[in-house]
Amino acid sequence: MIDRDEVLHVARLARLSLSDEEVGRMSGELSHVLEHVERIGELDLEGVAPTSHVVALENVLREDEPRPSIDRDRALEPAPDHSAGGFRVPSPGA
Amino acid sequence: MSDLLELTAAQAIERIEARELGADELFDLYRERAAGEDLGAFLSVAGRDFPADRATNGSADAAASKGPLAGLPLAVKDLFCVEDVESTAASRILAGYRPPYSATAVTRLRDAGAQVLGKTNMDEFAMGSSNENSGFGPVLNPWDRSRVPGGSSGGSAAAVAAGLAPWAIGTDTGGSIRQPASLCGIVGLKPTYGAISRHGMIAFASSLDQAGPLTRDVADAALLFRHMVGADPCDSTSLGLPEPVRDPTAERLDGLRIGISPELASGGMEGVEPGVDAVLRSTLVTVEELGGRVQEVPLPHSGHGLSAYYVLAPAEASANLARYDGVRYGRRAGDGDLESQYERTRSEGFGPEVKRRIMLGTYALSAGYYDAYYGRAQRVRTLIAEDFRRAFEAVDLVITPTSPTVAFGLGERTQDPLAMYLSDFFTVPMPLAGLPAISIPAGMSEGLPVGIQLAGPAFSENRLLDAAHALEGALAFDSRPARG
Repeated sequence: MIDRDEVLHVARLARLSLSDEEVGRMSGELSHVLEHVERIGELDLEGVAPTSHVVALENVLREDEPRPSIDRDRALEPAPDHSAGGFRVPSPGA
Repeated sequence: MSDLLELTAAQAIERIEARELGADELFDLYRERAAGEDLGAFLSVAGRDFPADRATNGSADAAASKGPLAGLPLAVKDLFCVEDVESTAASRILAGYRPPYSATAVTRLRDAGAQVLGKTNMDEFAMGSSNENSGFGPVLNPWDRSRVPGGSSGGSAAAVAAGLAPWAIGTDTGGSIRQPASLCGIVGLKPTYGAISRHGMIAFASSLDQAGPLTRDVADAALLFRHMVGADPCDSTSLGLPEPVRDPTAERLDGLRIGISPELASGGMEGVEPGVDAVLRSTLVTVEELGGRVQEVPLPHSGHGLSAYYVLAPAEASANLARYDGVRYGRRAGDGDLESQYERTRSEGFGPEVKRRIMLGTYALSAGYYDAYYGRAQRVRTLIAEDFRRAFEAVDLVITPTSPTVAFGLGERTQDPLAMYLSDFFTVPMPLAGLPAISIPAGMSEGLPVGIQLAGPAFSENRLLDAAHALEGALAFDSRPARG
């Protein structure tokens, strides 16, 4: 069971601000889903290695040679705000 | 005009190459249908919302001489970035986003002569099984407009089924190509993980996401797939396919061992609808008539696939979607300090299901819960992959229904997220193991199409397509009513 305080804590971690109504709904819905998910608790997983990725690949490398990439102005085009060749945001200290 | 609509993509290409049909004529036909449709399948259409392909100066005839896909129109799920064309993954947080580059899969298809017809509707960030989570409205199922087309590639599936596009591409993370293909009565292939580059696909769960074709028939699926595969320096997890994609020609299944798993056959918590089960049973009879051997094969942990999936996919999503903070692209909300700007941007930009998955994933990864949820789910993933490895020592392919139910009613499951997740029961084990699987229409129940899924070992697409082709021929599914 995820209570309201836990919902608010997780929302804070995820940078989501939820309305009172959303917090209540989320608490019920997440608890319901987790109840189902917790059935994997029945399985004996002793000694089973975790899989993070199905492709057995390690360190795909290429030659470290300069090559063209997206032009800076082009990359800035979709930004809500930009200035002097960078993305502009309010000062984090403000 | 209706004649042209009855052509599969491969047949249309033949006619174009024989100079019996102009590529422009076909493109215009589909462009008009896509621009005039009222299923909600398209978010944007070439010529109306963005210029037709620049590479061919808007001319399908120029495209026809460009490559094997002969200028054929292609519907593209809105999850794929297309340079200078609005690409939102059906999320309001990306409204207006025009990417400065195209997805590799799209570029490859264009290089082969395909032309982008339009961007198709989907569940926001591919999170959903009904297309009702789109930020831009639902999609209606062309077989019955009161029902969902499935999801998350619901727009692509509905467009192909309704004859608004000859074919389409989509993406599959836990079933997002196969389940809507099943609910709309078309063919959907989820390739082996790594067969197709993910570069330029808006990420949902990176260890599971894979692009693939949604088509009228199996031959079209093979043709489209052939021009999507390949390793790509922009996606270091892409491998391509170790052999060329062949045209499927098999008409028999002689000697092929097809496994049915008792653990999956139950259908999980909700069970399988009797009408769906009946189609599976009759398909098994057809398999044997074609010379195939049906045998039971255990997949003991596959029933836990859903639980593992609904930890792993949200966990990866919560990390992938951290990038939507209103700084580099998409919309920005709020004019206060940086932190409240992040929060307002995300809270206003994301829809309810996306928030739910971000919350679920963040919770599963948070201190104190990581081992209990994420760690355990990763181990279950290993068990599921090992189950398949063992199964494929005894059988060549595994067969299941694609979805436990036929298309359900609009609004029927929106109030119960878990009920929605159960739609993916049969489709999540394969991506967890990285395996290819195809859904083909196999029959009808309650006047709606029922899809059957075949899955095989990694990189067995040629065999999978051949078997699907043989079954398709024998099952002779009639898709015409959806284009009616």
